[in-house]
Amino acid sequence: MKILIPTPLRPYAGKQASVELPAGSVDEVLRELTSRYPDLRKQLFSDDGKLRRFVNLYVNDEDIRYLQNESTPVGPNDTLSIIPSVAGGCLK
Amino acid sequence: MTLSLTKAHWSELRKHGEETFPHECCGVLLGNFEEDGSKVVQATVRCANQRSDSPHNRYVIDPRELVRVQRQARERDQEIVGFYHSHPQHPARWSKTDLEEAHWTGCSYVITSVLNGAATETNSFELTGLDESKSFQDEEIKVL
Repeated sequence: MKILIPTPLRPYAGKQASVELPAGSVDEVLRELTSRYPDLRKQLFSDDGKLRRFVNLYVNDEDIRYLQNESTPVGPNDTLSIIPSVAGGCLK
Repeated sequence: MTLSLTKAHWSELRKHGEETFPHECCGVLLGNFEEDGSKVVQATVRCANQRSDSPHNRYVIDPRELVRVQRQARERDQEIVGFYHSHPQHPARWSKTDLEEAHWTGCSYVITSVLNGAATETNSFELTGLDESKSFQDEEIKVL
């Protein structure tokens, strides 16, 4: 499977835009990714080990929150996208 | 750092803010990073503001749309280099909310002030640092 690394996380992933990893669940894939690139762990997970709230994960075009969360299977031909949220507004 | 874009891209993102007034507009800037971290915009992509509860002072881009835009960028050998949004009846300066909700370190956040339906000032800010240490740095916009 392929995992797509967004621009701000590339410095922590060997400057790569994508990484090929063995298929598995989202949880297994992320564990393998952060074992290869330990600096990514702090970017993706908070101190209590939970995925940071602004990190969105999509298997192909589907949000894992609407699938099986981190137990969602990722097949060999699937793509997992890591997408930090984009929001804001003029009011303080 | 510097954000370079063509007159057409500059006009497009400002026009988008005028069209959605009094609501905030939002979109993505695709292009390439230079060696020094400067950004060159090759395309602007309009996105829908998903904050239907408070669109006049908040914006959010659907992550599913970002997945699609990121794919589109890769197919063109481009990258997401930044985002833009408008501030209706507010200055083109970042707000506390803008900073709190910004997570794309190294990317540009372009803000256009739209007053009474007309785009006025447009400024760009680069997000630097992480978590508690993150901040927006003023960035030069070069209109080519």
